[in-house]
Amino acid sequence: MPLLLNEEQEMLQDAANGFLTEKAPVAAFRKVRDNKPADGFCRELWLEMAQMGWAGIIVDEEHGGSGFGYVGAGVLAEQMGRNLTASPFFATSVLGATAIQKYGTKKQKDNNLAAISSGEMLFALAVDEGPRHNPARIKFLAKAAGNGFVLSGTKTFVIDGHVADKLIIAARTSGAEGDILGITLFLVDADAPDIMREHTPMVDSRNAANISVDGLEVTGDDILGELGGGYGALEGILSAGRAVLSAEMSGSAQQVFEVTTDYLKEREQFGQKIGSFQGLQHRAAHLATEIEMMKSAVLKSLKDLDQDFENAGMTCSLAKAKTGQIAQLATKEAIQMHGGIGVTDEYDVGLYFKRVHVAQQMFGDAGFHSDRWAKNSGF
Amino acid sequence: MSDLEKFRAEVRTWLDENCPVEMRDGDITAEGQCWGGRQWEFQSEVQKIWFERALTKGYTVPTWPKEYGGAGLSGEEAKILDEERQAINARKPLSNFGISMLGPALLAYGTHEQKQQHLTGIARGEIRWCQGYSEPGAGSDLASLKAKCEDKGDHWLINGQKIWTSNADISDWIFCLVRTDFDAPKHQGITFILIDMASEGISVKPIVLISGHSPFCETFFDNVKVPKSYGEGNASVVGEINRGWDVAKNLLVHERGMLGTMSPLRGTTGPENLGKFAAEQIGLDAAGRLDDPALRQSIAQAELDNWAYNLTVERLTDEANAGNGLGAKSSMLKYAASELTKRGTELRMDIEGTTAATIGDDGIEYGSLANNWLYNRAYSILGGTTEVQFNIISKRVLGLPSQ
Repeated sequence: MPLLLNEEQEMLQDAANGFLTEKAPVAAFRKVRDNKPADGFCRELWLEMAQMGWAGIIVDEEHGGSGFGYVGAGVLAEQMGRNLTASPFFATSVLGATAIQKYGTKKQKDNNLAAISSGEMLFALAVDEGPRHNPARIKFLAKAAGNGFVLSGTKTFVIDGHVADKLIIAARTSGAEGDILGITLFLVDADAPDIMREHTPMVDSRNAANISVDGLEVTGDDILGELGGGYGALEGILSAGRAVLSAEMSGSAQQVFEVTTDYLKEREQFGQKIGSFQGLQHRAAHLATEIEMMKSAVLKSLKDLDQDFENAGMTCSLAKAKTGQIAQLATKEAIQMHGGIGVTDEYDVGLYFKRVHVAQQMFGDAGFHSDRWAKNSGF
Repeated sequence: MSDLEKFRAEVRTWLDENCPVEMRDGDITAEGQCWGGRQWEFQSEVQKIWFERALTKGYTVPTWPKEYGGAGLSGEEAKILDEERQAINARKPLSNFGISMLGPALLAYGTHEQKQQHLTGIARGEIRWCQGYSEPGAGSDLASLKAKCEDKGDHWLINGQKIWTSNADISDWIFCLVRTDFDAPKHQGITFILIDMASEGISVKPIVLISGHSPFCETFFDNVKVPKSYGEGNASVVGEINRGWDVAKNLLVHERGMLGTMSPLRGTTGPENLGKFAAEQIGLDAAGRLDDPALRQSIAQAELDNWAYNLTVERLTDEANAGNGLGAKSSMLKYAASELTKRGTELRMDIEGTTAATIGDDGIEYGSLANNWLYNRAYSILGGTTEVQFNIISKRVLGLPSQ
């Protein structure tokens, strides 16, 4: 099968491009940033996206989704990356939907997938407990009590944690911090009285929350996936997240690179276009090549998720490692090549630089993923 | 079943029935390949059998038209053939510069008679070609070449010197850029001409590199007479006189495509499986990590970059087949491939440390790691330096202005 988008996916790409450049360009993101709505995004826009089938992009049609799979989700994310669109898409439609669709019971699917697809219900995944991504280092406790469990602990950097209706919490039911065994995922209502949510605006003007739970009682029915064997499910959810996040970063990188090459063709200094200087040309040529490498890795990871979800983990790490580096390089070069205006708030490239920084930290940076690759390859 | 699926099934059966087991060893080294040519001797009977069976089917040059010895396959079909061949680890039945460089240029610019003679000779493995492009004074600035070609009525007279002519000492013919007009602007006085290496006045001298042995030669032309024509409609010049730069550029795109997708990267000297090799050589620490954290990180990064590169070859080939063409993006692949190739052997030299740096009394052994590591420095120079590729990408892919 060719490593290309098919016709249907290309149409989705065109539609997304058309919609987002009209309804959610960077100017719209600036408005959200400056007006600081409590949600951190625009609800009306989100409902419009949901009506187009984006909220349920990976959800099966029988549960109200549009069944486009991960390539479809990546196509949308790439366009969102180009436009810096802020929305619950990533936390709800990628992480939440993957968790429920791939690991949920029939009842969990029936209760949640349609509400995800319609855009009504928002999800957040609570994994990390420190400033650096480390999904095995889980201390958050789920202590067996009677027929259920009592949850206590804290989570950091929970994307959309401040607005989510449901939380998926990775907790420890046995073993010690750092063990892969003994992790269990719980699906809980986010507004339970024992849950404290502290809104943490980020440098990219997106929103996350720190979450502390103190003695929340849950039952076995609230487990998502296997008791004690939640790490496998967590890896699957993270893989999907890494690939789609990579697609978003790829979109941002491509956009800033295009803006930058346009600038190189216009800006004059020393009586000529600065794009005629070899010192800049060679850096641009290097970056253009790396962007091609990044795009291949991203598309492959999305295709692997659709074709062989269980074994897509390493391709997703490849994509995240590659985009982590290249999207950062692209945004740094964009600022440098723009010179003075590149560091002004008025100019957009700085917004991309900030977004890419947070996105590459999210779910593992390039160092994390090359370490993961080495471990998986036996060295 | 779609036509392509049917084709895949046929190819699989054909390969299964016709590719000898001995030729399924995945050998892609220069020594393992069948190069063809007048001086060629098969290394084994099975190598000959495999070549002859492929030849009958048109599979030595699968995409060329049947009338010139090919199988007339589309790009998609050729990709399938390649995938199926690689799936059983089969060697290519024939590889040489005639297939990868001259052939595509002749297909674009040659007359029917030129194709008839030269393409068929390449497809049948009868003639081995070398490339007469660079000169001592014309490296990156190739168009400044000075090899002189004079019109003497019934023949051309050539005087000058070429350099970096790979395998000139064992090639039969040379495709050559010569200057036919010294007064015209440099790109407009160049002619593309085909010359028999057996012609009187041609001499060849091998070049010793930092790696020792190499395929590179210097080729000297001393009053070499070249016929105007090799038969009706079969001129020695390809394309128009003084318009050889067009042919040369077309050929360079194919050369970069070849260098960008060939496999110096795979096998023992490439960045694949470096980690595994390092684990054997250096050992693991208590946590199961390579007992050299900095090297571990470099190796992991090289392996990932190599993977992304392989996927990019696949994607850009698919794009080219879907009709968008590879064009100047071949410069991206050429650049990426040569840098990765160098990194692969550099890392291997680091893994083996002083052992790899020890060469013994007989000097640098041909085929040794040190030999490959040193030779690989040439990859980002030959076929257009990395800097030349960057210039091409800047202008032709990104459309950046000239100074």
